[in-house]
Amino acid sequence: MDKIRVKVGMASCGVAAGARDVYLKLEDHIRQHSLPVELSKTACLGMCFIEPLVELTGSDLGKVTLGQVDQENICGLLDEYLANKVPSSNIVQAEKLDAPYNGLLAKQKRIVLQNCGVIDPLSIDDYEARGGYQALKKALTLPPGEIIAEVKDSGLRGRGGAGFSTGLKWSFAAAAKSPKKYVVCDADEGDPGAFMDRSVLEGDPHKILEGMIIGAYAMGADEGYIYCRAEYPLAIAHLTVAIAAAQERHYLGKNILGTDFSFDLAIKEGAGAFVCGEETALMQSIEGKRGMPTIRPPFPAESGLWGKPTNINNVETWANIAWIILNGAKAFRQMGTEKSPGTKVFALAGKIAGSGLIEVPMGIPLRDIIYKVGGGMKTEKPFKAVQMGGPSGGCIPAELLDTVVDYDSINATGAIVGSGGMVVMDEGTCMVDVARYFLNFTQSESCGKCTFCRIGTLRMLEILTRITEGKGELEDITRLEELANNIIKGSLCGLGQTAPNPVLTTLRYFKHEYLAHIEDKRCPAGVCTALLRYEINPAKCVGCTACARICPVHCISGSARQPHVIDQSRCIECGACSAACRFDAIRKG
Amino acid sequence: MEQDLSKLDAILPSYQGKHGVLIPLLQHTQSILGYISRDAMRYLAEKMGIPAAEIFGVATFYSMFRLRPQGKHIIRVCKGTACHVSDADGIKEALIKNLNLEPGEETTRDMHFTLLEVACLGCCSLAPVIMIDDQTFGKLTPEAIPAILDKFRTEEL
Repeated sequence: MDKIRVKVGMASCGVAAGARDVYLKLEDHIRQHSLPVELSKTACLGMCFIEPLVELTGSDLGKVTLGQVDQENICGLLDEYLANKVPSSNIVQAEKLDAPYNGLLAKQKRIVLQNCGVIDPLSIDDYEARGGYQALKKALTLPPGEIIAEVKDSGLRGRGGAGFSTGLKWSFAAAAKSPKKYVVCDADEGDPGAFMDRSVLEGDPHKILEGMIIGAYAMGADEGYIYCRAEYPLAIAHLTVAIAAAQERHYLGKNILGTDFSFDLAIKEGAGAFVCGEETALMQSIEGKRGMPTIRPPFPAESGLWGKPTNINNVETWANIAWIILNGAKAFRQMGTEKSPGTKVFALAGKIAGSGLIEVPMGIPLRDIIYKVGGGMKTEKPFKAVQMGGPSGGCIPAELLDTVVDYDSINATGAIVGSGGMVVMDEGTCMVDVARYFLNFTQSESCGKCTFCRIGTLRMLEILTRITEGKGELEDITRLEELANNIIKGSLCGLGQTAPNPVLTTLRYFKHEYLAHIEDKRCPAGVCTALLRYEINPAKCVGCTACARICPVHCISGSARQPHVIDQSRCIECGACSAACRFDAIRKG
Repeated sequence: MEQDLSKLDAILPSYQGKHGVLIPLLQHTQSILGYISRDAMRYLAEKMGIPAAEIFGVATFYSMFRLRPQGKHIIRVCKGTACHVSDADGIKEALIKNLNLEPGEETTRDMHFTLLEVACLGCCSLAPVIMIDDQTFGKLTPEAIPAILDKFRTEEL
């Protein structure tokens, strides 16, 4: 029998769900009873909705994953596993047994996440044991041009959102003549509702390092930065440990692995500004300035950090590099579609049963992601829309659920693939409120440089706010569209150019909801509080007249033993009727 | 509140003469002093030879920098998309009510708590989420708020 191994998922969200207590309890239990068990920590196992997660391997039962465990039950479950008995509860996935979530992995393809939730992210040995740094060793034997050609042939497109060809971008930086060049990893994951990069940074930091070292070698850079948002303290801690370990093994520093290639890497902590995800703003921020975008050209590949050629890629892009070098462009192209090869990591959140981190081949229909990989809806309420691309993206409605996920098909819906946040919304979500929410976000994150973005988004926000308050007028829809088009034209960077997308897509697919707010002063989803009204449910009303008698403005009428009605024009919304009703027939909705 | 700005002297040499240090320097300053006062900005300007206006510009640009004294415990309410659709507003209201904050006020008068909003904590599956200091609390309801805050109140007794 193999050694029994116990892994506890301890990424940020696992810890928030109580994984640390579970780990400490296990440590104690194993020590007290001198159990022949190897206990370790790993990062994100992907199934955030049933954390804390513990994975057991090594017995004849095969791999068993337990979910929603706690301090009380974990030791008993481990003892059962050790005795070769099927744990009596909490099994969520299992290799040889039926388990409720075995199906979730079937449609996934893990390249970027291949080590996440498998290795101890603090152990460089674990990473090397899974083939880590083999790609770097191979790359150092190849001429830089060949590496760039391989990345270009793979068809890898920037995973930060824009989807630009990575190989092409690299070739620009490689062509720039300069004794000093930089490579940068954009880990300033700021989209609300997205946590892919956090999971990779926390779960497999060496993979990003390896990608960056290969990139630096290919482009001729000798210095690099990882710009990570300060809200991710665990990611920063893991990167710091990883960089030190890589230096010790000569993967970083002077004369890497005995070659004449040298490369140093440092972490720069962000300070909380969404716009710094834009590459020119990010560079301003690394230089210690206000993170405001600059005019391109010159592009970073010619003149970037401190005026030197610079190449910036997103976390997930870097995390694909080692795999491509090791397995070749052809193997990479076997996944995904012709124009969008490879896989994409998505963070599933919102009203979906299986919220968490998934990686799927490009070209998979949205419907499969939501109903197969994500396990369907969390609530009884039906699916309404999926929001993709965060504040730069849009809401895709139910009738477009058969859209396949690749850059071009998603763009055609008005949304974008973006960095990979997917927030699922049900009928209880008001689309005007969602549009207002995103505009509020981009409005407060606009750096203020371009007038259209700075003031235009504020005007849009004001209009949306008054619509949600029931003070909108029909002309507001034209005003929103006009402002949106001008903001797109008049903004320098991606933040402004995409800020109107959430409004434009909701107007395109959910115009009836805008009209209900404007014409009927009604919020169909029952979210906009200013529009909620007391209403009597005729199915529940028995006609006891209690409400009519207590109403201070006498606006409730009806005969005894018949359902009553509220005259909305006179109602002062005092709530007395609802409190007086003994049949739960009067509700604000 | 008078601050002992000389506490900063020890950290300054490691930043002098290097490029791109202003943001890390301000982060370090905030971790020592708790917030970045105007006096601290002037002090840094003088010692580092950076224009005070530039320091003010950077300190006010990034949301992480606090320009006013902060409470002992920092509460961050996540306003990410998943939290928004899971009633983060209701959680915030419950916090404001329990902390007895006036509109526009972010720190309690006893300087015990500061209430802030944050764009996204990245724990979307636990929505709605708040973070108090470095502890995250997820799957919250407005009713759960008083008990959580009480824990941070009684710990000091």
